[in-house]
Amino acid sequence: MLDAKIPAGPLDQKWTYYKGHCNLVNPANKRKLEIIVIGTGLAGASAAAALGELGYKVKAFCFQDSPRRAHSIAAQGGINAAKNYQNDGDSVFRLFYDTIKGGDYRAREGNVHRLAEVSGNIIDQCVAQGVPFAREYGGLLSNRSFGGTQVQRTFYAAGQTGQQLLIGAYQALERQVALGNVKQYSRHEMLEIVMVDGKARGIIARDLVTGKLERHFGHAVLLCSGGYGNVFYLSTNAMGSNVTAAWKAHRKGAYFANPCFTQIHPTCIPVSGDHQSKLTLMSESLRNDGRIWVPKKKDDNRKAVDIPEEERDYYLERRYPAFGNLVPRDVASRAAKERCDAGYGVGTSKQAVYLDYANAIQRYGEIEANKQGLHASAEEITKLGKAVVKEKYGNLFDMYEKITGENPYETPMRIYPAVHYTMGGLWVDYELMTTVPGLYSLGEANFSDHGANRLGASALMQGLADGYFVIPYTMGNYLAADIATKPISLDHPAFVEAEKSVSDRINQLMNIKGTKTVESFHKRLGLIMWDKCGMARNAKGLQEAITQIQQLKKEFWSDVRIPGAINEMNPELDKANRVADFLELGELMCIDALNRNESCGGHFREESQTEEGEAKRDDANFSYVAAWEYKGDHNWQMHKEDLKFEVAKPTQRSYK
Amino acid sequence: MKWSELFTSSIGKKLVMAFTGIFLISFLVVHVGINACIFADLFDPTENGEMFNRAAHFMGATVLIRIAEVGLFAGIILHIVQGLMLEVQNRSRRGKGYAVQMGNKGSKWYSRSMGLLGTLLLLFLVLHVSQFWWDSRVAHNLPEAGYDPSHHDLFLRMTETFQNPWLVVIYVLGCISLAYHLLHGFQSAFRTIGVHNNRYLKMLNSIGIGFSIIVPLVFALMPVSMHLGWVGLNN
Amino acid sequence: MEHYNMNLTLKVWRQKSTNDEGAFETYDVKDISSEMSFLEMFDVLNERLIAEGKDPIAFDHDCREGICGMCSMYIDGRPHGPWQANTTCQLHMRAYKDGDTITVEPWRAKAFPVIKDLVVDRMAFDRIVQAGGYISVNTGNPQDANSILIAKDKADLSFANAACIGCGACVAACKNSSAMLFLSAKVSHLALLPQGDPERKSRAINMVAQMDKEGFGSCTNTGACEAVCPKEISITNIARLNYEYQRAGYLAD
Repeated sequence: MLDAKIPAGPLDQKWTYYKGHCNLVNPANKRKLEIIVIGTGLAGASAAAALGELGYKVKAFCFQDSPRRAHSIAAQGGINAAKNYQNDGDSVFRLFYDTIKGGDYRAREGNVHRLAEVSGNIIDQCVAQGVPFAREYGGLLSNRSFGGTQVQRTFYAAGQTGQQLLIGAYQALERQVALGNVKQYSRHEMLEIVMVDGKARGIIARDLVTGKLERHFGHAVLLCSGGYGNVFYLSTNAMGSNVTAAWKAHRKGAYFANPCFTQIHPTCIPVSGDHQSKLTLMSESLRNDGRIWVPKKKDDNRKAVDIPEEERDYYLERRYPAFGNLVPRDVASRAAKERCDAGYGVGTSKQAVYLDYANAIQRYGEIEANKQGLHASAEEITKLGKAVVKEKYGNLFDMYEKITGENPYETPMRIYPAVHYTMGGLWVDYELMTTVPGLYSLGEANFSDHGANRLGASALMQGLADGYFVIPYTMGNYLAADIATKPISLDHPAFVEAEKSVSDRINQLMNIKGTKTVESFHKRLGLIMWDKCGMARNAKGLQEAITQIQQLKKEFWSDVRIPGAINEMNPELDKANRVADFLELGELMCIDALNRNESCGGHFREESQTEEGEAKRDDANFSYVAAWEYKGDHNWQMHKEDLKFEVAKPTQRSYK
Repeated sequence: MKWSELFTSSIGKKLVMAFTGIFLISFLVVHVGINACIFADLFDPTENGEMFNRAAHFMGATVLIRIAEVGLFAGIILHIVQGLMLEVQNRSRRGKGYAVQMGNKGSKWYSRSMGLLGTLLLLFLVLHVSQFWWDSRVAHNLPEAGYDPSHHDLFLRMTETFQNPWLVVIYVLGCISLAYHLLHGFQSAFRTIGVHNNRYLKMLNSIGIGFSIIVPLVFALMPVSMHLGWVGLNN
Repeated sequence: MEHYNMNLTLKVWRQKSTNDEGAFETYDVKDISSEMSFLEMFDVLNERLIAEGKDPIAFDHDCREGICGMCSMYIDGRPHGPWQANTTCQLHMRAYKDGDTITVEPWRAKAFPVIKDLVVDRMAFDRIVQAGGYISVNTGNPQDANSILIAKDKADLSFANAACIGCGACVAACKNSSAMLFLSAKVSHLALLPQGDPERKSRAINMVAQMDKEGFGSCTNTGACEAVCPKEISITNIARLNYEYQRAGYLAD
């Protein structure tokens, strides 16, 4: 049984107690301690900056050309915080409760409560850094609501909240770089963890420009390397997002928790063809005003505007009258898939549903005409309505038009669910330490806060909470015992051996000289994952997938073709390294999904559903975190962390 | 920050260009105003440039104005030298150039050609100064004005000069260069000195366009009018 | 939207490394769907090159949704290609028709040396930010977020500048390879907020000094930067930076 080291005491006192009792490192000693941070997204940049400010010697690594490119930048909607600025009944407890419930009771109470507690500080910190959140005319901060909650607690900066928060963290990071507290290594990829005496003591990184391997020592190593959604090939993740850093840690002894928990986002632009390289999210906020429908007739090839009202099936409103189009992400995604699988899909691929703004345009137009006291004609009302919609969602509509070439003001948007976020990740305890001493994991890379389904606007909150407000305390607690440890020589056998294993693997990859491209393997893996471990999973499919992935892995290692050389910039080699790890992760995801014979959050097992086809959780048998230990090729051992709900008592979610 | 840094950084060099540019713009106002006195001839054909000659004399008569003249030359030289240095420096920042030029996708040709336009103006200026200013202020070899022997008859020199059609063409081309130079330079100078209020920028933009059309046009009309005999000596 | 397929001729800059001479290579690409993105067209070409045993074309890209700022191609004489307010990754092939020839070059500026093919080194931008593109607050317990009132129009304007994605198209487009639009966006973002006020002077001075050190040119207000900026950052910011810089210079002790 895994021990998460949750402090004793009442839930709302745990973090305060911890902060008051953890060990500290004095400033003079901090200067002697080195910390390696992998990844410079919200979690990594904020952690590197905060630790640098404290006086630690930090090295920050990212594979992009600048820390500012990390994929946190693409988050659109907002960041939650229990500020209760709107006087609508919000509180730390309510944010905690919504997050636990939204995660379908598969997250750890202690961590989630801490997250809710520090959420307010994040907003204060970001505003102090100069993050230009949206404001009201009076000069106060503005809030909006997001899926799965009844209060307005989401802070935002137009549709670019992630960008603004990341730039805030990036600037804080660059400030520390200028002060000499942080050293920045961009275009570097971590390829191995170096272990000395059972502790993480450094990394092997590859300079992606020269191809050279480098050894870096650290008293502790932080993995802030993001999620692994790209195992599906097509996802809303950036092209470079990968599992490699986390996977190397996993192979070195860090347990991987709940890998099958994947969030499929319901509103993405559908796939247009085989050439598709990535999917683009349309913010969840679009569901606030848009109505989702498919034709009532199968294989209806008429244009959307030609289908009369009575022949449209507003299936979310029909199935979930209470929440309608605003059901949580997992429910909306599955419902779309169900309709398309049944043959009601639209567009050339038939793998899409309509998101229609005609109604909203009409409604806003009438409100606007009323406000201006006009007796407007139908045409004028439409015009007024379009102007309102443009102001609210203009940038999203423009993006849709750029990608599809269709005008969403005139014809309904086509949308389809796509892989968006991975709730699973490296198992960490309350201090964010993995099962490897000295190895930490923050942000999306860890598993801790979102259970089986993440609520909108919570990912940014978690990344920054971990980096700004959790790790500075928990790091000290670990390093306080390490102040006497001198930097380990880079010639230590552990470094030499680790570098050799990386170099051997790269040589092995380059020497396969097969016939198929890395991309083709990645695509095939993605298809298997999407078909068998995607929105709906069953035992038979998952077993098939495991066999197929094993075969694919074999084929990869015997037939992949990587052009170019090792000691030069070689994006294909970078990609091959990542896909090789995805191939192993994919298998583990299927094993985990197979093991979890219940439906919860984003994980839907067809065997576990109600008569109406809704997800059915099984708390008696599965109220635990499945943390997998790597035991060699195709071999994992599961360890359980039992989830105890002392405050938020589990109930079945219903949105009817 | 030292003063020297303030005016030698990349922005500093531009500040020098802007301040001298605005100074030269203000000079143009004086210059065009005084020279426009030749058009008095249109209203009184027997005037024979007296108004202009008196104004021109005044511009050389007091110490203060002679000092200002030194400042003017200093401004011109600074503007030219700094401008040429900037042009050379800016060109060197690219390294290897593009195979396909951006051309007019995003900017106007004259805004990218300030160096060229400025060089044309410099050549014009050499000619212009040697033709009028040098003889009037240094060589003192202009004929005496009819109304007062202590005044030069600059008007006469102008009418003589602009009998040559080639010179008229050169002067008109000079004015066109000036127009385009101003069309960009006027508003750019104000941007460089930090006017960033959109209302004032819009206003300055309109004024700049007006200025760059009207001033060079009035200048260009001078040689043209004299060549065509609209303005000239009538006995 | 009608879909169609097209055959194209690509002229792409190939350069093995920073010190390599480099030259254009011509490629014929066939059956390109009008629904593809420009970078997906490059993916298709690269897959073919690998199959033929050739070296694929290196180009920077990551989010492919127009926000990370990593993609950077100079396409037919315009950074990020022909569309307004757009990044290369969001350019789609319906911008082209069958038989077109497209010339693709890397960003060209001495401060952005080519690393390989279409990939350039933009670390100069990071160093400019390091020189002062931040507000010096340590993590901890700053005042409550709502205790600072900021007028909505100021906050919106600050946001419009903070929207800069640091792609470097402004430098690539500028005839002087000037980084003033990038720099002015950062200075304006912070100068417009009360939080940024205490460091206004040093920020403007130090960031400009770093920009000069990196070897970018002076701004001559041609407006090419603004025209190609994917986030439509206004050139008025450059005027604001000029103002901030002088304010710092004249008021210096």
